[in-house]
Amino acid sequence: MGMAARTSEQTLARKNTRRAWALVSPALALLAVAAIGPLAVVIVYSFLTAGEYGGVVWQFSTDAWVKVLLERDIFDDSLSFADAHLTIFWRSISLSLVTTVLTFLAGFPTAWFIATRPAAQRAFWLFLITIPFWTNLLVRTFAINQVIRNEGVMNTVLLWAGVIETPLQMTYTQGALLVGMVYVYLPLMVLPLFAALERFDLRLLEAGYDLYASRWQVLTRIILPISRPGIIAGSILVFVPCLGAYVTPRILGGGKLMMLGNFIELQFGQGRNWPLGAALSIVLLVIVTIALLVYVRTISGGDKARE
Amino acid sequence: MNSRTSHFRTADIPGFSSVAMLVFAALYAPIIVLVIYSFNASPSVAEWSGFTLDWYVKAAQNDQVVNATINSLIVATSAAVIATAVATLAALGTTRRARYRGITAIYAAINQPLMVPEVVTAVALLVVTAALKKATGYTGLGYLILAHAAFCIPFAYLPIRARLEGMDLSLETAAADLYASDWQVFRHVTLPLLAPGMLAGGMLAFVTSFDDVVITEFIKSPGQDTLPTYMLGQLRRAMTPDVNAISTALMAVTIVLLFLFFLITRKKS
Repeated sequence: MGMAARTSEQTLARKNTRRAWALVSPALALLAVAAIGPLAVVIVYSFLTAGEYGGVVWQFSTDAWVKVLLERDIFDDSLSFADAHLTIFWRSISLSLVTTVLTFLAGFPTAWFIATRPAAQRAFWLFLITIPFWTNLLVRTFAINQVIRNEGVMNTVLLWAGVIETPLQMTYTQGALLVGMVYVYLPLMVLPLFAALERFDLRLLEAGYDLYASRWQVLTRIILPISRPGIIAGSILVFVPCLGAYVTPRILGGGKLMMLGNFIELQFGQGRNWPLGAALSIVLLVIVTIALLVYVRTISGGDKARE
Repeated sequence: MNSRTSHFRTADIPGFSSVAMLVFAALYAPIIVLVIYSFNASPSVAEWSGFTLDWYVKAAQNDQVVNATINSLIVATSAAVIATAVATLAALGTTRRARYRGITAIYAAINQPLMVPEVVTAVALLVVTAALKKATGYTGLGYLILAHAAFCIPFAYLPIRARLEGMDLSLETAAADLYASDWQVFRHVTLPLLAPGMLAGGMLAFVTSFDDVVITEFIKSPGQDTLPTYMLGQLRRAMTPDVNAISTALMAVTIVLLFLFFLITRKKS
Protein backbone atom coordinates (compact mmCIF):
# COMPACT_ATOMS: atom_id res chain seq x y z
CA MET A 1 0.00 0.00 0.00
CA GLY A 2 2.70 2.46 1.07
CA MET A 3 4.80 1.25 -1.87
CA ALA A 4 1.94 1.86 -4.33
CA ALA A 5 1.33 5.33 -2.93
CA ARG A 6 4.96 6.20 -3.35
CA THR A 7 5.13 5.02 -6.96
CA SER A 8 2.02 6.96 -7.88
CA GLU A 9 3.52 9.98 -6.18
CA GLN A 10 6.64 9.51 -8.27
CA THR A 11 4.62 9.20 -11.49
CA LEU A 12 2.76 12.34 -10.58
CA ALA A 13 6.01 14.20 -9.93
CA ARG A 14 7.43 12.96 -13.22
CA LYS A 15 4.27 14.00 -15.06
CA ASN A 16 4.53 17.39 -13.40
CA THR A 17 8.14 17.82 -14.49
CA ARG A 18 7.33 16.76 -18.04
CA ARG A 19 4.52 19.30 -18.16
CA ALA A 20 6.83 22.01 -16.82
CA TRP A 21 9.35 21.32 -19.57
CA ALA A 22 6.58 21.32 -22.20
CA LEU A 23 5.47 24.76 -20.99
CA VAL A 24 8.99 26.14 -21.07
CA SER A 25 9.95 24.60 -24.42
CA PRO A 26 8.53 27.27 -26.80
CA ALA A 27 10.61 29.95 -25.04
CA LEU A 28 13.68 27.73 -25.06
CA ALA A 29 13.19 26.94 -28.75
CA LEU A 30 12.96 30.62 -29.66
CA LEU A 31 16.04 31.44 -27.57
CA ALA A 32 17.94 28.54 -29.11
CA VAL A 33 17.16 29.70 -32.65
CA ALA A 34 17.55 33.45 -32.22
CA ALA A 35 19.98 33.94 -29.34
CA ILE A 36 22.01 30.99 -28.10
CA GLY A 37 22.44 28.99 -31.33
CA PRO A 38 23.86 31.93 -33.31
CA LEU A 39 26.54 32.39 -30.61
CA ALA A 40 27.82 28.91 -31.43
CA VAL A 41 27.97 29.88 -35.11
CA VAL A 42 30.14 32.87 -34.17
CA ILE A 43 32.70 30.53 -32.60
CA VAL A 44 32.82 28.53 -35.84
CA TYR A 45 33.20 31.70 -37.93
CA SER A 46 36.15 32.89 -35.85
CA PHE A 47 38.10 29.87 -37.17
CA LEU A 48 37.36 30.49 -40.86
CA THR A 49 39.14 32.50 -43.52
CA ALA A 50 37.93 36.01 -44.35
CA GLY A 51 36.25 36.41 -47.74
CA GLU A 52 37.60 39.09 -50.02
CA TYR A 53 34.34 41.07 -50.06
CA GLY A 54 33.18 40.25 -46.54
CA GLY A 55 31.66 36.98 -45.43
CA VAL A 56 33.80 33.90 -44.97
CA VAL A 57 35.52 31.22 -47.01
CA TRP A 58 34.98 27.77 -45.53
CA GLN A 59 38.60 27.04 -44.81
CA PHE A 60 40.04 26.52 -41.34
CA SER A 61 42.32 29.28 -40.14
CA THR A 62 43.56 30.72 -36.85
CA ASP A 63 44.46 34.04 -38.46
CA ALA A 64 41.59 35.87 -36.80
CA TRP A 65 42.68 34.80 -33.33
CA VAL A 66 46.28 35.78 -34.00
CA LYS A 67 45.10 39.16 -35.22
CA VAL A 68 43.13 39.89 -32.04
CA LEU A 69 46.33 40.98 -30.32
CA LEU A 70 49.14 40.68 -32.87
CA GLU A 71 49.90 42.00 -36.32
CA ARG A 72 52.04 40.51 -39.03
CA ASP A 73 54.68 42.73 -40.58
CA ILE A 74 54.05 43.01 -44.32
CA PHE A 75 57.77 42.87 -45.13
CA ASP A 76 59.40 40.25 -42.95
CA ASP A 77 56.28 38.41 -41.73
CA SER A 78 57.28 38.84 -38.08
CA LEU A 79 54.61 39.20 -35.41
CA SER A 80 54.32 42.15 -33.04
CA PHE A 81 51.62 43.50 -30.78
CA ALA A 82 48.89 45.35 -32.67
CA ASP A 83 49.00 48.72 -30.91
CA ALA A 84 45.74 49.91 -32.45
CA HIS A 85 43.88 46.88 -31.09
CA LEU A 86 45.48 47.17 -27.65
CA THR A 87 44.49 50.85 -27.52
CA ILE A 88 40.87 49.95 -28.21
CA PHE A 89 40.84 47.18 -25.60
CA TRP A 90 42.44 49.48 -23.04
CA ARG A 91 40.05 52.33 -23.87
CA SER A 92 37.02 50.07 -23.55
CA ILE A 93 38.06 48.57 -20.24
CA SER A 94 39.35 51.77 -18.63
CA LEU A 95 36.39 53.89 -19.79
CA SER A 96 33.99 51.25 -18.50
CA LEU A 97 35.72 51.12 -15.12
CA VAL A 98 35.86 54.90 -14.75
CA THR A 99 32.21 55.16 -15.83
CA THR A 100 31.25 52.58 -13.22
CA VAL A 101 33.08 54.48 -10.46
CA LEU A 102 31.62 57.85 -11.49
CA THR A 103 28.07 56.52 -11.77
CA PHE A 104 28.51 55.07 -8.27
CA LEU A 105 29.78 58.36 -6.81
CA ALA A 106 26.82 60.23 -8.31
CA GLY A 107 24.33 57.40 -7.98
CA PHE A 108 24.80 56.41 -4.36
CA PRO A 109 23.77 59.76 -2.83
CA THR A 110 20.87 59.86 -5.28
CA ALA A 111 19.66 56.39 -4.32
CA TRP A 112 20.09 57.26 -0.63
CA PHE A 113 18.12 60.47 -1.11
CA ILE A 114 15.23 58.60 -2.78
CA ALA A 115 15.26 55.78 -0.23
CA THR A 116 15.09 58.17 2.74
CA ARG A 117 12.16 60.24 1.41
CA PRO A 118 8.76 59.77 3.09
CA ALA A 119 6.88 56.90 1.41
CA ALA A 120 4.47 59.25 -0.38
CA GLN A 121 7.27 61.19 -2.13
CA ARG A 122 9.43 58.20 -2.85
CA ALA A 123 7.37 56.97 -5.80
CA PHE A 124 7.71 60.39 -7.46
CA TRP A 125 11.52 60.51 -7.20
CA LEU A 126 11.76 56.91 -8.29
CA PHE A 127 9.61 57.67 -11.32
CA LEU A 128 12.02 60.50 -12.21
CA ILE A 129 14.83 57.94 -12.41
CA THR A 130 12.69 55.38 -14.23
CA ILE A 131 11.86 57.74 -17.11
CA PRO A 132 15.46 58.13 -18.31
CA PHE A 133 16.03 54.44 -17.57
CA TRP A 134 13.39 53.49 -20.13
CA THR A 135 13.97 56.34 -22.56
CA ASN A 136 15.72 55.23 -25.71
CA LEU A 137 19.49 55.20 -25.29
CA LEU A 138 19.83 56.82 -28.69
CA VAL A 139 17.56 59.69 -27.67
CA ARG A 140 19.54 60.26 -24.47
CA THR A 141 22.87 60.16 -26.29
CA PHE A 142 21.40 62.57 -28.80
CA ALA A 143 20.27 64.85 -25.95
CA ILE A 144 23.71 64.99 -24.34
CA ASN A 145 25.33 65.48 -27.74
CA GLN A 146 23.02 68.43 -28.29
CA VAL A 147 24.52 69.99 -25.17
CA ILE A 148 28.21 69.42 -25.80
CA ARG A 149 28.68 69.61 -29.57
CA ASN A 150 30.37 72.61 -31.20
CA GLU A 151 27.17 74.46 -32.05
CA GLY A 152 25.57 73.04 -28.91
CA VAL A 153 23.92 74.60 -25.90
CA MET A 154 26.99 74.71 -23.69
CA ASN A 155 29.16 76.45 -26.28
CA THR A 156 26.35 78.87 -27.11
CA VAL A 157 25.97 79.81 -23.46
CA LEU A 158 29.73 80.13 -22.89
CA LEU A 159 30.16 82.25 -26.04
CA TRP A 160 27.25 84.45 -25.08
CA ALA A 161 28.63 84.93 -21.57
CA GLY A 162 32.01 85.83 -23.04
CA VAL A 163 33.83 83.04 -21.20
CA ILE A 164 35.24 81.72 -24.46
CA GLU A 165 35.77 83.29 -27.86
CA THR A 166 35.74 80.23 -30.06
CA PRO A 167 33.60 77.13 -29.49
CA LEU A 168 35.27 74.44 -27.41
CA GLN A 169 35.78 71.17 -29.22
CA MET A 170 34.16 68.75 -26.80
CA THR A 171 32.73 65.98 -28.97
CA TYR A 172 35.12 63.36 -30.25
CA THR A 173 37.22 63.71 -27.10
CA GLN A 174 37.72 61.10 -24.42
CA GLY A 175 36.15 63.49 -21.89
CA ALA A 176 32.98 63.89 -23.93
CA LEU A 177 32.70 60.15 -24.33
CA LEU A 178 33.05 59.71 -20.57
CA VAL A 179 30.43 62.37 -19.82
CA GLY A 180 28.09 60.71 -22.30
CA MET A 181 28.60 57.23 -20.87
CA VAL A 182 28.05 58.41 -17.29
CA TYR A 183 24.93 60.30 -18.38
CA VAL A 184 23.51 57.36 -20.27
CA TYR A 185 24.25 54.60 -17.74
CA LEU A 186 23.59 56.44 -14.46
CA PRO A 187 19.98 55.20 -14.05
CA LEU A 188 21.27 51.61 -14.26
CA MET A 189 23.34 52.29 -11.14
CA VAL A 190 20.70 54.17 -9.16
CA LEU A 191 17.92 51.59 -9.45
CA PRO A 192 19.72 48.56 -7.90
CA LEU A 193 21.28 50.81 -5.23
CA PHE A 194 17.82 52.06 -4.37
CA ALA A 195 16.51 48.49 -4.22
CA ALA A 196 19.24 47.64 -1.69
CA LEU A 197 18.79 50.82 0.39
CA GLU A 198 14.99 50.68 0.39
CA ARG A 199 15.01 47.83 2.89
CA PHE A 200 17.58 49.59 5.07
CA ASP A 201 16.47 49.88 8.66
CA LEU A 202 17.11 53.50 9.65
CA ARG A 203 17.19 52.54 13.32
CA LEU A 204 20.64 51.08 12.67
CA LEU A 205 21.85 54.64 12.13
CA GLU A 206 20.37 55.75 15.44
CA ALA A 207 22.11 52.83 17.10
CA GLY A 208 25.37 53.88 15.48
CA TYR A 209 25.04 57.51 16.54
CA ASP A 210 24.00 56.45 20.06
CA LEU A 211 27.28 54.58 20.26
CA TYR A 212 29.17 57.78 19.35
CA ALA A 213 29.95 56.86 15.76
CA SER A 214 30.82 59.81 13.54
CA ARG A 215 28.99 60.51 10.27
CA TRP A 216 31.89 59.03 8.36
CA GLN A 217 31.94 55.91 10.50
CA VAL A 218 28.20 55.44 10.09
CA LEU A 219 28.62 55.73 6.33
CA THR A 220 31.59 53.40 5.97
CA ARG A 221 30.82 50.92 8.75
CA ILE A 222 27.04 50.60 8.49
CA ILE A 223 25.56 51.99 5.27
CA LEU A 224 28.11 50.87 2.70
CA PRO A 225 28.49 47.27 3.97
CA ILE A 226 24.74 46.80 4.08
CA SER A 227 24.27 48.12 0.55
CA ARG A 228 26.98 45.85 -0.85
CA PRO A 229 24.62 43.65 -2.93
CA GLY A 230 23.19 46.79 -4.55
CA ILE A 231 26.65 48.22 -5.19
CA ILE A 232 27.79 45.03 -6.88
CA ALA A 233 24.58 44.66 -8.91
CA GLY A 234 24.73 48.30 -10.02
CA SER A 235 28.40 48.02 -10.96
CA ILE A 236 27.71 44.96 -13.12
CA LEU A 237 24.66 46.60 -14.72
CA VAL A 238 26.82 49.59 -15.71
CA PHE A 239 30.11 47.85 -16.48
CA VAL A 240 28.74 45.14 -18.78
CA PRO A 241 26.78 47.35 -21.21
CA CYS A 242 29.58 49.95 -21.13
CA LEU A 243 32.08 47.38 -22.28
CA GLY A 244 29.88 46.45 -25.23
CA ALA A 245 28.69 50.02 -25.87
CA TYR A 246 28.12 50.83 -29.50
CA VAL A 247 25.68 53.70 -29.92
CA THR A 248 27.17 56.20 -27.46
CA PRO A 249 30.82 55.93 -28.65
CA ARG A 250 29.66 55.97 -32.26
CA ILE A 251 27.91 59.31 -31.79
CA LEU A 252 30.17 61.00 -29.25
CA GLY A 253 33.48 59.44 -30.23
CA GLY A 254 33.05 59.53 -33.97
CA GLY A 255 35.31 57.16 -35.88
CA LYS A 256 38.27 58.37 -33.85
CA LEU A 257 37.47 57.03 -30.41
CA MET A 258 36.26 53.54 -31.12
CA MET A 259 35.32 51.16 -28.38
CA LEU A 260 35.18 47.38 -28.72
CA GLY A 261 31.59 47.40 -29.97
CA ASN A 262 32.43 49.79 -32.80
CA PHE A 263 35.62 47.95 -33.63
CA ILE A 264 33.67 44.69 -33.92
CA GLU A 265 31.12 46.34 -36.20
CA LEU A 266 33.91 47.75 -38.34
CA GLN A 267 35.08 44.22 -39.13
CA PHE A 268 31.67 43.40 -40.56
CA GLY A 269 31.57 46.63 -42.58
CA GLN A 270 34.55 48.35 -44.12
CA GLY A 271 37.06 46.07 -42.37
CA ARG A 272 35.69 43.06 -44.28
CA ASN A 273 37.13 40.64 -41.79
CA TRP A 274 34.23 38.63 -40.42
CA PRO A 275 36.41 36.03 -38.64
CA LEU A 276 38.28 38.77 -36.76
CA GLY A 277 34.94 40.38 -35.84
CA ALA A 278 33.72 36.99 -34.61
CA ALA A 279 36.89 36.42 -32.56
CA LEU A 280 36.64 39.90 -31.01
CA SER A 281 32.99 39.24 -30.10
CA ILE A 282 34.02 36.10 -28.28
CA VAL A 283 36.76 38.01 -26.43
CA LEU A 284 34.16 40.57 -25.34
CA LEU A 285 31.80 37.80 -24.27
CA VAL A 286 34.56 36.13 -22.24
CA ILE A 287 35.45 39.37 -20.42
CA VAL A 288 31.78 39.92 -19.60
CA THR A 289 31.37 36.34 -18.42
CA ILE A 290 34.36 36.71 -16.11
CA ALA A 291 32.84 39.89 -14.67
CA LEU A 292 29.52 38.08 -14.11
CA LEU A 293 31.26 35.12 -12.46
CA VAL A 294 33.13 37.45 -10.12
CA TYR A 295 29.75 39.02 -9.35
CA VAL A 296 28.12 35.67 -8.54
CA ARG A 297 31.06 34.62 -6.37
CA THR A 298 31.20 37.88 -4.43
CA ILE A 299 27.46 37.73 -3.81
CA SER A 300 27.50 34.13 -2.56
CA GLY A 301 30.76 34.78 -0.67
CA GLY A 302 29.07 37.70 1.08
CA ASP A 303 26.18 35.47 2.09
CA LYS A 304 28.54 32.93 3.58
CA ALA A 305 30.41 35.59 5.51
CA ARG A 306 27.15 36.74 7.04
CA GLU A 307 26.22 33.24 8.13
CA MET B 1 12.20 67.58 23.08
CA ASN B 2 10.81 66.77 19.64
CA SER B 3 11.92 70.08 18.25
CA ARG B 4 15.42 69.48 19.58
CA THR B 5 15.86 66.04 18.04
CA SER B 6 14.51 67.24 14.70
CA HIS B 7 17.70 69.25 14.20
CA PHE B 8 19.64 66.05 13.78
CA ARG B 9 17.94 63.77 11.28
CA THR B 10 19.89 60.54 11.38
CA ALA B 11 18.96 59.70 7.80
CA ASP B 12 20.61 62.86 6.48
CA ILE B 13 24.16 62.64 5.27
CA PRO B 14 25.73 66.02 4.55
CA GLY B 15 26.00 66.70 0.84
CA PHE B 16 23.96 63.72 -0.29
CA SER B 17 20.80 65.71 -0.98
CA SER B 18 22.75 68.31 -2.96
CA VAL B 19 24.42 65.63 -5.07
CA ALA B 20 21.01 64.04 -5.67
CA MET B 21 19.53 67.38 -6.80
CA LEU B 22 22.50 67.92 -9.14
CA VAL B 23 22.02 64.42 -10.56
CA PHE B 24 18.34 65.02 -11.24
CA ALA B 25 19.14 68.36 -12.86
CA ALA B 26 21.89 66.82 -14.98
CA LEU B 27 19.64 63.95 -16.03
CA TYR B 28 16.81 66.18 -17.12
CA ALA B 29 18.49 69.31 -18.47
CA PRO B 30 19.61 67.73 -21.79
CA ILE B 31 16.23 66.06 -22.25
CA ILE B 32 14.37 69.30 -21.57
CA VAL B 33 16.62 71.19 -24.00
CA LEU B 34 15.88 68.57 -26.63
CA VAL B 35 12.13 68.85 -26.09
CA ILE B 36 12.19 72.66 -26.14
CA TYR B 37 14.21 72.81 -29.35
CA SER B 38 11.85 70.43 -31.08
CA PHE B 39 9.40 73.36 -30.90
CA ASN B 40 11.92 76.02 -31.95
CA ALA B 41 11.21 77.74 -35.26
CA SER B 42 14.93 78.25 -35.89
CA PRO B 43 16.94 75.15 -36.83
CA SER B 44 19.84 76.40 -34.66
CA VAL B 45 20.04 75.88 -30.92
CA ALA B 46 21.77 79.25 -30.68
CA GLU B 47 18.54 81.19 -30.95
CA TRP B 48 14.91 80.84 -30.04
CA SER B 49 12.73 82.27 -32.79
CA GLY B 50 9.29 81.24 -31.70
CA PHE B 51 7.11 78.22 -31.13
CA THR B 52 6.38 75.93 -34.06
CA LEU B 53 5.12 72.43 -34.79
CA ASP B 54 6.79 72.50 -38.20
CA TRP B 55 9.42 69.91 -37.32
CA TYR B 56 6.72 67.46 -36.31
CA VAL B 57 4.83 68.14 -39.53
CA LYS B 58 8.03 67.78 -41.52
CA ALA B 59 8.82 64.46 -39.86
CA ALA B 60 5.30 63.18 -40.38
CA GLN B 61 5.44 64.08 -44.07
CA ASN B 62 8.77 62.35 -44.59
CA ASP B 63 8.14 59.00 -46.31
CA GLN B 64 11.26 57.47 -44.76
CA VAL B 65 10.08 58.40 -41.27
CA VAL B 66 6.60 57.04 -41.96
CA ASN B 67 8.01 53.77 -43.30
CA ALA B 68 10.41 53.44 -40.39
CA THR B 69 7.55 54.04 -37.95
CA ILE B 70 5.42 51.40 -39.63
CA ASN B 71 8.32 48.92 -39.53
CA SER B 72 8.94 49.71 -35.86
CA LEU B 73 5.28 49.19 -34.99
CA ILE B 74 5.03 45.90 -36.92
CA VAL B 75 8.24 44.51 -35.42
CA ALA B 76 7.61 45.68 -31.85
CA THR B 77 3.97 44.53 -31.79
CA SER B 78 4.71 41.10 -33.26
CA ALA B 79 7.78 40.61 -31.08
CA ALA B 80 5.89 41.68 -27.94
CA VAL B 81 2.99 39.31 -28.69
CA ILE B 82 5.30 36.36 -29.37
CA ALA B 83 7.55 37.10 -26.39
CA THR B 84 4.57 37.51 -24.04
CA ALA B 85 2.99 34.25 -25.22
CA VAL B 86 6.11 32.11 -24.78
CA ALA B 87 7.11 33.95 -21.57
CA THR B 88 3.66 33.27 -20.06
CA LEU B 89 4.01 29.55 -20.75
CA ALA B 90 7.57 29.61 -19.41
CA ALA B 91 6.43 31.41 -16.25
CA LEU B 92 3.70 28.78 -15.73
CA GLY B 93 6.35 26.10 -16.13
CA THR B 94 8.80 27.65 -13.67
CA THR B 95 6.69 28.98 -10.80
CA ARG B 96 4.42 27.44 -8.19
CA ARG B 97 5.77 23.93 -8.61
CA ALA B 98 8.31 21.70 -6.93
CA ARG B 99 11.92 22.30 -7.98
CA TYR B 100 12.95 20.04 -10.77
CA ARG B 101 16.23 19.23 -12.44
CA GLY B 102 17.32 21.70 -15.07
CA ILE B 103 15.43 24.69 -13.69
CA THR B 104 18.68 26.60 -13.12
CA ALA B 105 19.59 26.05 -16.76
CA ILE B 106 16.14 27.28 -17.79
CA TYR B 107 16.59 30.48 -15.77
CA ALA B 108 20.00 30.98 -17.33
CA ALA B 109 18.60 30.51 -20.84
CA ILE B 110 15.70 32.91 -20.25
CA ASN B 111 17.99 35.58 -18.81
CA GLN B 112 20.67 35.02 -21.44
CA PRO B 113 19.71 38.11 -23.50
CA LEU B 114 20.31 40.26 -20.39
CA MET B 115 23.82 38.91 -19.85
CA VAL B 116 25.32 38.78 -23.32
CA PRO B 117 26.42 42.20 -24.64
CA GLU B 118 23.98 43.37 -27.29
CA VAL B 119 26.69 43.85 -29.87
CA VAL B 120 27.73 40.19 -29.53
CA THR B 121 24.17 38.98 -30.06
CA ALA B 122 23.92 41.37 -32.99
CA VAL B 123 27.06 39.92 -34.60
CA ALA B 124 25.80 36.38 -34.05
CA LEU B 125 22.46 37.18 -35.63
CA LEU B 126 24.11 39.05 -38.50
CA VAL B 127 26.20 36.00 -39.37
CA VAL B 128 23.20 33.66 -39.25
CA THR B 129 20.71 35.91 -41.04
CA ALA B 130 23.22 36.74 -43.78
CA ALA B 131 23.57 33.02 -44.50
CA LEU B 132 19.81 32.46 -44.33
CA LYS B 133 19.05 35.42 -46.59
CA LYS B 134 21.45 34.05 -49.16
CA ALA B 135 20.12 30.51 -48.88
CA THR B 136 16.39 31.27 -48.88
CA GLY B 137 16.15 34.58 -50.72
CA TYR B 138 13.73 35.83 -48.03
CA THR B 139 14.73 39.28 -46.77
CA GLY B 140 11.51 40.35 -45.01
CA LEU B 141 10.81 41.60 -41.49
CA GLY B 142 10.60 38.02 -40.17
CA TYR B 143 14.23 38.00 -39.08
CA LEU B 144 13.81 41.19 -37.08
CA ILE B 145 10.59 39.92 -35.49
CA LEU B 146 12.12 36.62 -34.35
CA ALA B 147 15.33 38.26 -33.10
CA HIS B 148 13.38 40.92 -31.20
CA ALA B 149 10.97 38.34 -29.76
CA ALA B 150 13.95 36.37 -28.39
CA PHE B 151 15.66 39.25 -26.59
CA CYS B 152 12.32 40.52 -25.28
CA ILE B 153 11.57 37.22 -23.51
CA PRO B 154 13.22 38.15 -20.16
CA PHE B 155 11.45 41.53 -20.12
CA ALA B 156 8.08 39.88 -20.62
CA TYR B 157 8.90 36.98 -18.28
CA LEU B 158 9.86 38.94 -15.15
CA PRO B 159 6.56 40.81 -14.51
CA ILE B 160 4.53 37.71 -15.42
CA ARG B 161 6.51 35.58 -13.00
CA ALA B 162 6.18 38.22 -10.28
CA ARG B 163 2.41 38.20 -10.77
CA LEU B 164 2.20 34.40 -10.72
CA GLU B 165 4.24 34.17 -7.54
CA GLY B 166 1.76 36.45 -5.84
CA MET B 167 -1.18 34.18 -6.80
CA ASP B 168 -1.78 31.18 -4.55
CA LEU B 169 -3.19 27.98 -6.00
CA SER B 170 -6.39 27.94 -3.91
CA LEU B 171 -8.71 29.37 -6.55
CA GLU B 172 -7.41 27.00 -9.19
CA THR B 173 -7.66 24.06 -6.79
CA ALA B 174 -11.23 25.06 -5.95
CA ALA B 175 -12.13 25.18 -9.65
CA ALA B 176 -10.54 21.77 -10.22
CA ASP B 177 -12.46 20.36 -7.23
CA LEU B 178 -15.63 21.55 -8.92
CA TYR B 179 -14.77 19.40 -11.94
CA ALA B 180 -13.39 22.12 -14.18
CA SER B 181 -11.06 20.60 -16.77
CA ASP B 182 -7.42 21.73 -16.89
CA TRP B 183 -8.21 23.96 -19.84
CA GLN B 184 -11.27 25.47 -18.12
CA VAL B 185 -9.22 26.21 -15.01
CA PHE B 186 -6.59 27.92 -17.12
CA ARG B 187 -9.05 29.80 -19.33
CA HIS B 188 -11.47 30.99 -16.63
CA VAL B 189 -9.31 31.24 -13.49
CA THR B 190 -5.57 31.47 -14.16
CA LEU B 191 -5.66 33.60 -17.28
CA PRO B 192 -7.92 36.39 -15.95
CA LEU B 193 -5.83 36.59 -12.77
CA LEU B 194 -2.63 36.64 -14.77
CA ALA B 195 -3.80 39.17 -17.36
CA PRO B 196 -2.35 42.30 -15.66
CA GLY B 197 1.07 40.63 -15.44
CA MET B 198 0.89 39.67 -19.10
CA LEU B 199 -0.12 43.19 -20.09
CA ALA B 200 2.76 44.64 -18.06
CA GLY B 201 5.22 42.15 -19.52
CA GLY B 202 3.94 42.80 -23.02
CA MET B 203 4.44 46.54 -22.57
CA LEU B 204 8.01 46.15 -21.35
CA ALA B 205 8.69 43.84 -24.30
CA PHE B 206 7.16 46.38 -26.69
CA VAL B 207 9.26 49.26 -25.34
CA THR B 208 12.41 47.12 -25.39
CA SER B 209 11.85 46.10 -28.99
CA PHE B 210 10.76 49.57 -30.11
CA ASP B 211 13.95 51.09 -28.64
CA ASP B 212 16.40 48.58 -30.04
CA VAL B 213 19.17 50.03 -32.17
CA VAL B 214 22.13 47.68 -32.26
CA ILE B 215 20.58 44.34 -33.20
CA THR B 216 18.28 45.96 -35.76
CA GLU B 217 21.14 47.94 -37.28
CA PHE B 218 23.15 44.74 -37.78
CA ILE B 219 20.51 42.44 -39.27
CA LYS B 220 18.09 44.67 -41.19
CA SER B 221 17.96 44.33 -44.95
CA PRO B 222 18.64 47.45 -47.03
CA GLY B 223 15.78 49.95 -46.82
CA GLN B 224 14.38 48.20 -43.75
CA ASP B 225 14.94 50.95 -41.21
CA THR B 226 13.09 51.11 -37.92
CA LEU B 227 12.68 54.48 -36.23
CA PRO B 228 15.86 54.18 -34.09
CA THR B 229 18.07 53.00 -36.97
CA TYR B 230 16.69 55.79 -39.16
CA MET B 231 17.61 58.28 -36.43
CA LEU B 232 21.09 56.81 -36.09
CA GLY B 233 21.56 57.22 -39.85
CA GLN B 234 20.42 60.85 -39.64
CA LEU B 235 22.81 61.62 -36.79
CA ARG B 236 25.73 60.65 -38.96
CA ARG B 237 24.78 63.49 -41.28
CA ALA B 238 23.84 66.97 -40.10
CA MET B 239 21.80 67.36 -36.93
CA THR B 240 18.34 68.29 -38.09
CA PRO B 241 15.62 69.47 -35.73
CA ASP B 242 13.09 66.97 -37.07
CA VAL B 243 15.14 64.29 -35.29
CA ASN B 244 14.45 66.32 -32.10
CA ALA B 245 10.78 66.06 -32.91
CA ILE B 246 10.96 62.30 -33.46
CA SER B 247 12.97 61.89 -30.23
CA THR B 248 10.40 63.88 -28.28
CA ALA B 249 7.58 61.82 -29.73
CA LEU B 250 9.39 58.59 -28.88
CA MET B 251 9.95 59.79 -25.35
CA ALA B 252 6.30 60.76 -24.97
CA VAL B 253 5.24 57.25 -26.04
CA THR B 254 7.68 55.70 -23.54
CA ILE B 255 6.43 57.87 -20.67
CA VAL B 256 2.79 57.07 -21.41
CA LEU B 257 3.51 53.32 -21.56
CA LEU B 258 5.55 53.52 -18.34
CA PHE B 259 2.79 55.35 -16.58
CA LEU B 260 0.28 52.68 -17.65
CA PHE B 261 2.76 50.03 -16.52
CA PHE B 262 2.93 51.60 -13.06
CA LEU B 263 -0.85 51.77 -12.85
CA ILE B 264 -1.20 48.12 -13.83
CA THR B 265 1.47 46.74 -11.52
CA ARG B 266 0.71 48.96 -8.55
CA LYS B 267 -0.07 46.83 -5.55
CA LYS B 268 -3.61 47.28 -4.33
CA SER B 269 -3.53 48.06 -0.67
